Amino acid sequence: MIDVSDAPAESAAAGFDQDNRQAATIGDSGRDYLNRLRGGDMGSLPAILGLIFLFVVFASLNDRFLTTYNMANLVVQAGSIIVLAMGIVFVLLLGEIDLSAGVAGGASATIIALMLIDYDWTWWLATLAGVATGAVIGLAIGSLVSYLGIPSFVVTLAFFLALQAVPLKLIGSGGSLRFNDEVLRGLSIKNVPVAAGWIAAVLIVLGFAALSLWRYRSLSDKGLVHQPFGLVLIRIAVLAVIVLGLTALLSTNRAPNPDLFNISGVPWVAPVVIALLLFWTFVLTKTRFGRHLYAVGGNAEAARRAGINVRRVRITAFAICSSMAAVSGLLAASYTGKVSPGSGGGNELLYAVGAAVIGGTSLFGGRGRAIDAVVGGLVIATIPNGLGLLDQASYINFLVTGGVLLLAASVDAISRRRRSAAGV
Amino acid sequence: MAEPLLELRGVNKSFGVAHVLHDVDFAVYPGQVTALVGDNGAGKSTLVKIIAGIYGRDSGEYYFDGQAVEVHGPRDVAALGVEVVYQDLALCDNLDIVQNMFLGREETNGFGLDEVTMESRARETLTSLSVRTVKSVRQSVASLSGGQRQTVAIAKAVLWNSKVVLLDEPTAALGVAQTRQVLDLVRRLADRGLGVVLISHNMGDVFEVADRITALYLGRVAADVGSKDVTHSQIVELITAGRSGDLGIAENPATTTV
Repeated sequence: MIDVSDAPAESAAAGFDQDNRQAATIGDSGRDYLNRLRGGDMGSLPAILGLIFLFVVFASLNDRFLTTYNMANLVVQAGSIIVLAMGIVFVLLLGEIDLSAGVAGGASATIIALMLIDYDWTWWLATLAGVATGAVIGLAIGSLVSYLGIPSFVVTLAFFLALQAVPLKLIGSGGSLRFNDEVLRGLSIKNVPVAAGWIAAVLIVLGFAALSLWRYRSLSDKGLVHQPFGLVLIRIAVLAVIVLGLTALLSTNRAPNPDLFNISGVPWVAPVVIALLLFWTFVLTKTRFGRHLYAVGGNAEAARRAGINVRRVRITAFAICSSMAAVSGLLAASYTGKVSPGSGGGNELLYAVGAAVIGGTSLFGGRGRAIDAVVGGLVIATIPNGLGLLDQASYINFLVTGGVLLLAASVDAISRRRRSAAGV
Repeated sequence: MAEPLLELRGVNKSFGVAHVLHDVDFAVYPGQVTALVGDNGAGKSTLVKIIAGIYGRDSGEYYFDGQAVEVHGPRDVAALGVEVVYQDLALCDNLDIVQNMFLGREETNGFGLDEVTMESRARETLTSLSVRTVKSVRQSVASLSGGQRQTVAIAKAVLWNSKVVLLDEPTAALGVAQTRQVLDLVRRLADRGLGVVLISHNMGDVFEVADRITALYLGRVAADVGSKDVTHSQIVELITAGRSGDLGIAENPATTTV
């Protein structure tokens, strides 16, 4: 490894001959990947294996599990968990936690419902008010954490308790607000027209393919580190199979009585989740803010010395988390059709943290992606969905979900230890 | 002798009742390695942090290229072309080499981060420093050895066409071969015309690469001498007692009445 020679540099490429070896063939990439796995860099692999495992188990125990009707249901159920988890990823990246995200979502959903009912606001204005509520909550949490230096665990625990007062005061105990706005309720109960769904799916695949190929070309032209061409093609193919396959699945008529009704098309929740996924993935990987977020999570002192405004990054992360919580609260209300004082105060938050961690986001900060929330959220949503079909008592649901979270956290902790040992 | 690139005059700094720096003068010349030596608590780290803009100073002037400058934070100092490579390296383990080298100063194009430009420039810099020990510029810093990390941290400083680079104990945690590698790099920086400050406890390193030596003793400058003009043992005396023969502080401040 150590080259003590003092040979003069010949050219930019000459200094890093071995770089090219890293990206030569698919086989090499496969070996690199295995090495990373061994070194503890598991990414979303445990979640994907877990998802496959759950699907196999539930499908073999109940033949209704794999029906398109139930799959569409699963997508809708997973929506609010995924969105909340996506917000949580931002604070987990900093090595912080937001225990109040669930109730922040409940409080924001209450505001949305009140705006719709009492003030007759249109859906998007009400949604904006809800997201703004979330943002204000997040700004407050972030400021307390970064200016006063209170551990986020304590600040957000206080907010968890205090924010439950908001819906209780606004709705009144025992009451609930109906949530039947055409558009917002429609997110859960209506579907994208089949033709539009197909067009969007094809556009997503083409867009991904174009971006991947363009990226491959711009990197390989300059002799920079890039994936082998075969791997790029495989990634495009995998994405195409998933996106087009799901679209095909959800575009068939899934009504229990197909002769009487026609229920087909992708539930509106899915494009919302996909849009958020694309947006936040872009923010995390392609913007300076995203890079700074990882830096602060990896080594806050190094980030500070590099001139990064660590406080602003922290506050923004908490604001993003609570704003996403508002969207999640909206989706949850859309699914149940009402907002009650207890909305968001249940297991929502722990499910979301579990989803993010299962998906591969580290609790220790510095590692995580927006897609982790999607994969992990599907795992978490599959458990109650499948167990519900099996007519199991609900205590089993809690036990299994708790066990899965513990398992995910263990994988995270162990892989972190292996990473520091292997230095990957 | 050439004009100093960076100069501090009459700097004082207190933390509460502890008066850490007393009227410190410090100068860095282009193309030279200036060693900053002193025992633990002599004020080396404080002086470095003042130069870096992390600490403010209670009094004293900060000159850069002969001009008095106002320094209010690390960004101002970086804008002048002064880079500090810290003892604890200040690298993010979860980011790769390129990401670390551009941390806080990422290149962007219309669409977002410009990875192509950043990777190309990082490669050029590493190659120009004859750094050939890292396997890939896209490997994460966590996978690097101590010497490689130090090299990346130094390369990060050079990337920005810095005029002055301060190295805080760059060889403290390194093995023999890696120390060699880093000292070579330090010398190459000075040969490129940069002003280099080497903070070190290791007299062997200091005498090997330094052109000038500034010794601090209990927050005062005990001596500012050419490394050819002094011996190993004189420097050790300056560090431990504040004076050596006719060099050093006239009266030992530790024994004077306050």
